[in-house]
This record gives sequence, structure tokens and C-alpha cells, in this order.
Amino acid sequence: MLKVSHIVKEYAKHRALDDVSLEVQKGTIFGLLGPNGAGKTSLIRIINQITGPDEGEIFFNGEKLNQTHINKIGYLPEERGLYKKMEIGEQMLYLAQLKGLSRAEAAKRIKFWFEKMEMQSWWKKKVEDLSKGMQQKVQFVATVLHEPELIILDEPFSGFDPVNAEVIKNEILELNQKGSTIIFSTHRMESVEELCEHIALINKSHKILDGSVKSIKNAYRNSTFRIGIDQKIPLNGFKTFDLTQQKTMDEGEQLTIKLKASFSTNDVLQELIPQTGITYLEEVIPTINEIFIEKVKQLN
Amino acid sequence: MNKILLIIQREYLSRVKKKSFLLLTFLVPASFIGMMSLVVYLTTKGDDHIKNFKVLDQSGIFEHQFNNSNNLNFSYIKGNYEEAKKDIRKEKNDFLLYISSDYAQTGNVELISEKKPGLSVVNDVENQMETILRNKKLIAAGIDTAVLNSSKAKVAINAKQLTDEGEKDASLGATYIVGFVSAFLIYLSLFIYGAQVMRGVIEEKTNRIIEVIVSSVKPFQLMMGKIIGIGAVGLTQFLLWIILSTSLSTLAAKVFNKDNEGATKIEQTDHKSSKSMMVDTAKADNGNKVQQLLKAADTINFPYIIGTFFFYFLGGYLLYSALFAAVGSAVDNETETQQFMLPITLPLIFTFIIGMNVIVNNPDSQLSFWMSMIPFTSPIAMMIRIPFGVPVWQLALSMTLLVGGFIFTTWVASRIYRVGILMYGKKVSYKELAKWFTYKE
Repeated sequence: MLKVSHIVKEYAKHRALDDVSLEVQKGTIFGLLGPNGAGKTSLIRIINQITGPDEGEIFFNGEKLNQTHINKIGYLPEERGLYKKMEIGEQMLYLAQLKGLSRAEAAKRIKFWFEKMEMQSWWKKKVEDLSKGMQQKVQFVATVLHEPELIILDEPFSGFDPVNAEVIKNEILELNQKGSTIIFSTHRMESVEELCEHIALINKSHKILDGSVKSIKNAYRNSTFRIGIDQKIPLNGFKTFDLTQQKTMDEGEQLTIKLKASFSTNDVLQELIPQTGITYLEEVIPTINEIFIEKVKQLN
Repeated sequence: MNKILLIIQREYLSRVKKKSFLLLTFLVPASFIGMMSLVVYLTTKGDDHIKNFKVLDQSGIFEHQFNNSNNLNFSYIKGNYEEAKKDIRKEKNDFLLYISSDYAQTGNVELISEKKPGLSVVNDVENQMETILRNKKLIAAGIDTAVLNSSKAKVAINAKQLTDEGEKDASLGATYIVGFVSAFLIYLSLFIYGAQVMRGVIEEKTNRIIEVIVSSVKPFQLMMGKIIGIGAVGLTQFLLWIILSTSLSTLAAKVFNKDNEGATKIEQTDHKSSKSMMVDTAKADNGNKVQQLLKAADTINFPYIIGTFFFYFLGGYLLYSALFAAVGSAVDNETETQQFMLPITLPLIFTFIIGMNVIVNNPDSQLSFWMSMIPFTSPIAMMIRIPFGVPVWQLALSMTLLVGGFIFTTWVASRIYRVGILMYGKKVSYKELAKWFTYKE
């Protein structure tokens, strides 16, 4: 669907993007992750044709990115903004028409969305009369009104209260099920872990990692487990694992262990069961955040 | 292209629908006409309040010689100076004109009153006294005042301009006024509408809606849409002003003409008294001047002036508003615009001052010629020259240069604009602007 190939972008001495390539499959939810200032917004602006790359190319559905693709993309920028003095309804009509909808079609869809989001009474209101959360909702609707094939959301949940964040999240999932491809950009990596199938990690204008969330996590699994035990036992001289951490919790002790080579969790249980009761055993899967930090450490 | 139209439409409608637009549209011509009629009214009618003058003439020279006029009423009293002074304090609107007995030697005259006398009142009285004295002296010298009055000559130069269509009245006063007004309007509107463009750009930037918009349209389209939309607002405003002003002033002229006919009739009926005639002719003189001006206005080729006015307004507006847009894109709020505004406003102010002082007096001088050619100064300079008559080749050259000028500034401005609108929280210098200009797409 979207192929970013060897993009370089420089701003006066500062290289915002350095040879970044990635691919977004049709119908997926893609996470573009990285700390602030990594170059996410620069890349998004290039995809939106707000700025051009110094080097490299972008392909949209196999075609080289051009003006005809503008109407097929919906973009919710990180810095939200609307015309303060303009009526919400008029404003939405204007934004939708700029994305190529006819006035009548735009009006129809706005009515549909207003009903869906319970904002019918907002049509004649001005933006300055709305709360920040309400403005966010308006802007989200304006982003998806023209039913874009590709929706790019830059920090979509910032500014939403938990209830509305859930509403927006469900809308995004629904749009995705209807066939829209979605790119999330955020520095809060844990927030999109459950949503995204694929991610790319960007740090200091370089892409440092990409792939499906599953495979990345698998690659970073390192036979670490957490075990809950209900009795204190001597904590050394284990045959099947190394103890990396021990914590005393209300319900008992929690051990974090790393398997020794050629042993399985069953071997661990067999070693422990004669000494103590086991309350739980779970694998410690690294979070994207942890993977990111480790990857950055590795690179340095 | 369709998207530019949408932007123009939004920029235009959002401004025309504002209450302040309607207010300005109706208030400006109304206050203009109002001021004009007030001036005309005051000069013709003067002060209605009747002022009573008690003349205590101890010299006897001026006894029963003063003329009563619309607002001056003279009566003559006898008696003691001190007592008369006391009496006058009781009456608010009365004046005591005291002429001492040794007036012939000392020239001592006092005007005593509770209120301060107006300048015109004092002038009136002084004029009358001068006339009375002169007449007395003339009579003493054996000269007939009637003969003298009839020998007074009045000269008014009727400037005629030779053109292809034959002789034309070149009424200099009206020419000056038309040049001045149109140049001033252009000067003012370039500031007003240029600043509106700038404010619009800053608004979009600080609202952060800019990023949404430029993900739908090209920055150049947005800039041009804004400039054209606001320019259309300006044109609408001017058109409405012209329509309103002409209809209001024709109305005013009709009313004024009626008034004037009345004045002429009074003049005829009062023919007997030669002294009262003098006052009336002065009044008729005033009327004639206004009429002359109205007549002179007829000799000016208004369609030509208005046509060129619109051209130079549009040209100048497009040239300057592009620069205003570039400035707006470079800053985060209006207070930061100062440093970039100066080079834009300086040529405008400079042209206006030079125009009012030099070009009006020397419309065909070298300086006037060059200033009406350079695109940055021509919209104002040329408008001052046009009523005096400008050769066609000069007009054509100036217009071509102006078109070239605004294409150039728009190009420069758009290159700064496209980068500036996406730069937040950065103190920008001229060096920075130059760097933006050289950025690739």
C-alpha cells in the first residue's frame, strides 16, 4: 500500500531523516514509534506531500506519490487546530471539500458522523465554544470524513479523556475493518502495542527496527519467566535456572528467572515443586518500550 | 484549481459576513458625506445664534453705521462706560462695543462680554468698522463709493487643457482633490488589506490548522486563495463605497442646489440696499465656489479614473499582500512582525509623503516619472499623476512593470511562505528567510 524507500530529509545542517525505508501493508494498523524529535513528523509530512524529500521515493499503491493521492489520505496532525471563529458545520464542509468531496456528499457524511458521535447540536457552534476534548472529536471526524484509504494519526490519543479515547479507538478499529490502512505515530509506545500489527522504530532520524509486533517480541524473548511461590526457600544453587530478581509480595514471593540452556519450564517446576507451592508461572515478554531501549543500547 | 476557488470563497465569505464589514461599508461613505455636508452647511449658514451688539460710541464716527446681518444685531446706546459694562454682565448673549471719544487719535475699541466672542464675530465687526472708516474717508476725499464698488474686478483663471477631444476645462483644484483622494485610498487600503492577509496567515499558523490545510492543498494555492479572497473583499468594499457615495452625493448636490437658488432670490429682492448686498454677495460667493467644484467634478473623466484606480489598487495589493503573507508566515504572533514590517511599509509611506509634496506640484518631473514606474511606488504615485493626464505609453509601461512586480514578489513570498508556515517557535532573522528562499521543494 505504502512504500517508503530510502528517504533523506535535511533541514539546514540537521538531518531529520536518514535513509529511512519501510513498507505498510494494505489493511493493517502500522505503528510509527520513536521518541520526540526522532523524525516521525518529518516522515509524515513527506507522505502527506506537505514537504518533499531530499532523496528517496514514496510509492502509494505502487504508483509514485503524486497530487492525486492527496484525497486518498487523511491526516490528523499532532498539533490540532481549527478555525476558531468558524461554525463547526461550515468548517467541516470546507475541510471535506478541500479533500475533494462535493458539498452535498460532505453534508450527508457530516450528518452521519455527527449522529454517530452524538454531536448533532454542534453544527452551529463555534470552535472556541467547545472544550478541548470536543474539538479533538471534531478534528478526528474531519480527518476521516472523506473515507481515506490511508489514515495517518499523529499522537491520536493525546488530549482525550479515557472514555473518549476508547470511543476513538473503537472508531479507528472499525475504520480499519472496513479496509482503511492506518498509521499511528506516537512516542508513547505502550499505547499502541495492542492496536498495531506492524511497527517501525525510529530513533535520531534512523529506522532502527521494523516488523510485525509478534515477530519482534519473539525475537526479543530471552527465556525469562516470573514465578510466584508461597513459601520462603533458600534461593541459590538452582540446577535449571538463574535467579535474576526476587521480590516479596503480599501473596508471597515473586521470582524472576532465566532458564539455563537446554532446560524448559517443566524442568524448573519439577525442581521447585518439592520445595514450595507454585501460585503462577508466566513468561516475561519484553514491552516495545524495553525493546526500544535495548536496541538503542545495542546500537551505541 | 477548484480548491483555490474553495479557499477564495471561504476567505471572502467569512469576512463579508462579518458585522464589522457591513458597518465599515456604510459608515465610511456616510461619515464622508456627513463631514462634507457639515463643512458646506457651516460655511454657508454660519452661526445661527443672534448676537446683540450694544454700541457705545463716544466718538460718534460709527453711530448708526453698522449693518445688521443674519446673526449680528446692532443697537446704539448712550451713557456711562462703567454702567454699560455692568449692564452687559446681566445678558449672556450681549456684547458691548465701546468706542472711546478719542478714537480718531488712539484707535481704542473694546469689545466687552460675558462670553468669549468667536473669531468670526470679531472679524465681522472689524471688517464693518474698516469699511465704514474707508467710506467716510473716501467721501471726505470726494470719491463716490458707488463708482468704486462697481470698479471692483474679480479674476478667476479658467485653466484649459488641449486634448484630442478639443479644449477641456482643467480645473486644478478638482484634479488635485481627485488625485489626492485616490492615492490616499490606495495607500490606506494597501495597509488595511495587506495587514488582513498577514493576520489571516498568522491566525492559521497559531491555530495549527495550517497543517491540515496544506495536507489538502499546496501552500501556494492557500496563499493565493487567501490573497485573492481578501482582495475581492476590498473590491467589494470599494464598489459599495463608490455606489453609496455617488448616490448620496447626487442627493446632497440636489438639496444644495435648491438651497442656493433660494439664496440668489434673496439677493435680488434686497437689491435696494447696497450695503446688505455686500453681505449677500459674499454668501453667494461661497455658494459659487461649491458649485464650481461640483461643476469641475463633471469635467473629470470618472470612468477612466475609477478604472485605473482599480487596476493600481489590485496591482499594488497583489504586490504588497504577498509580502505581508510572507511576513505572517515567518512569525508566531503579531508582535513579532515589527522587524519585517518596516521594509514593506517604508516605500509606501515614503511614496505618499513625496507624492503629496512633490508629485502634486510637479506631476511631470523626473522624480514623478520614476516613482510612477517603479512597481513598489507606482500604485500611489501614478494615481496622483493620472488626473493631471499621463501619456499612454507611460501608463502602459507602468502597468506592465506593476504586473511583473507582483508576479515577482508573489514568487519570492511563496518560497518563504511554504517553509515559514510549518516553522513554530523559532525567532526568525533575515538570514533565515533567505535560507528558506533557497530550500528545495
